[in-house]
Amino acid sequence: MSRRVRMWILAVGGLGFAALFAAACLRLPGFGGDSHPYGERAVRAALAHRTANVIAAVNFDQRAFDTLGEESILFAAVLGTVVLLRQTREEREVPPEPARVPLLVRRYALVLLPVAIVVGLYVVAHGQLSPGGGFQGGVVLATALHLLYIGADYHALERVRPVGVYEFGDAAGEGAYLVLGLAGFVAGSSFLANSVIGHGTFNTLASGGTVPLLNMAVGMEVACAVVVLLARFLDQAVEIEEEKGT
Amino acid sequence: MMSVVPYLVAGWIFLAGCYGLATSRHLVHAVGCLAVCQSSTYVLLLAVGYRDGGTAPVFSDLRPGSRPLVDPVVQALALTDVVVGATVTALLLALVMQVAKRHGTVDPDELSELRG
Repeated sequence: MSRRVRMWILAVGGLGFAALFAAACLRLPGFGGDSHPYGERAVRAALAHRTANVIAAVNFDQRAFDTLGEESILFAAVLGTVVLLRQTREEREVPPEPARVPLLVRRYALVLLPVAIVVGLYVVAHGQLSPGGGFQGGVVLATALHLLYIGADYHALERVRPVGVYEFGDAAGEGAYLVLGLAGFVAGSSFLANSVIGHGTFNTLASGGTVPLLNMAVGMEVACAVVVLLARFLDQAVEIEEEKGT
Repeated sequence: MMSVVPYLVAGWIFLAGCYGLATSRHLVHAVGCLAVCQSSTYVLLLAVGYRDGGTAPVFSDLRPGSRPLVDPVVQALALTDVVVGATVTALLLALVMQVAKRHGTVDPDELSELRG
C-alpha cells in the first residue's frame, strides 16, 4: 500500500470517527454535571466497609475480581518481555565496565535511596487511607532500587538485585492475591469478598478489611515485576552484545 | 456547547495518536503514538467523572458528606488503564528490540517481507 492510499484511508476513517464521536459527545451528560449514580453508590459501599480511599475500595473490594485480571495482564506482559529479551545463540555476555559517576550525583542517589524505599512502603501501606496503593507504591519501590545504578554502577545494582528472587516475588504476589480471594470461600462467602476479616476502625491503618492485604500482594507483584522488566532491558543495553563475525 | 469540550479534546488526542501511528517511520515512535492514543482514554474517563466544585473521593482528611466528590469509579478505571498501558508499552518495546536485531531496521515500511 502506497503512502498516498494509506493517507486517504486514514482521512476517511478519521473523519468518520470524528463525526460519530462528536455526535456521541453531544448526547453525553454535560461536563461537571451533578448526576453520578455509580460514583455515589461506590462512595456509600466504601464507607460501609470503612475504607477511607474510595478508589482503593473500588479497585480492591467492589471490583477486586477485575483487578485480578489486570494483575494477570501485568504478569503476562512481564513474562512475555522476559521471553522476548533472553540471550540468543549469536549473543554473548560481556562484563559491564564500571563508569565514573560525578560525586554530587553519587551522594544525592545514596541519600535518596533509603528515603525512596520508605516512601514506597508508605504508599503501599496507606493505600486504603490516602491516594496510593500497591500499583503506585510498587513502582516507587522498584525505581528506588535503580538509584543504585545511577549513583554507583551496574555491579552494585546486580548485588542487591538477584533477578531470580524477584521473579519468584512476582509470582508470589500474584499467588497471594489468589489465595486472599479463595479465603473468601473459607469465610463462607464468594471469591474475593471483603468479609474474611473485620473492617476495623474508619481511617486507621488496619481498616478496610482485605483491602490493605490485597494492596500488599499487588505492591509486591508490581515492585518485583518492574525490577524484572528493567533488569531485562538493562541487560540488553549493558551486558549483551552480538558476537563478532556472525 | 462548552460542556462537551473536554470530551472532544479526548477524541482529538486519539486522532492525533492515530495519525502518528499511520505515518510513523520508526517503531519506537509508533509505540509512543500508541501511548498517545491511550492517554486520550484517561482524559475521557476523568472528564466523564468530573463534578463542578468536586474534590478527591478520599476521606483521610475529609468528613463524609461535607463536600461533593468526583466519580471514584472512573478514577479507578483510569488507574487500571495506566498500569496496563505501561506494561503493554514495555512488551512492545521488547518486540521492537527483537525486530531491530533480526531485520536490522525499525522502519515499519521496510518490514513488509516475511523472513523465516
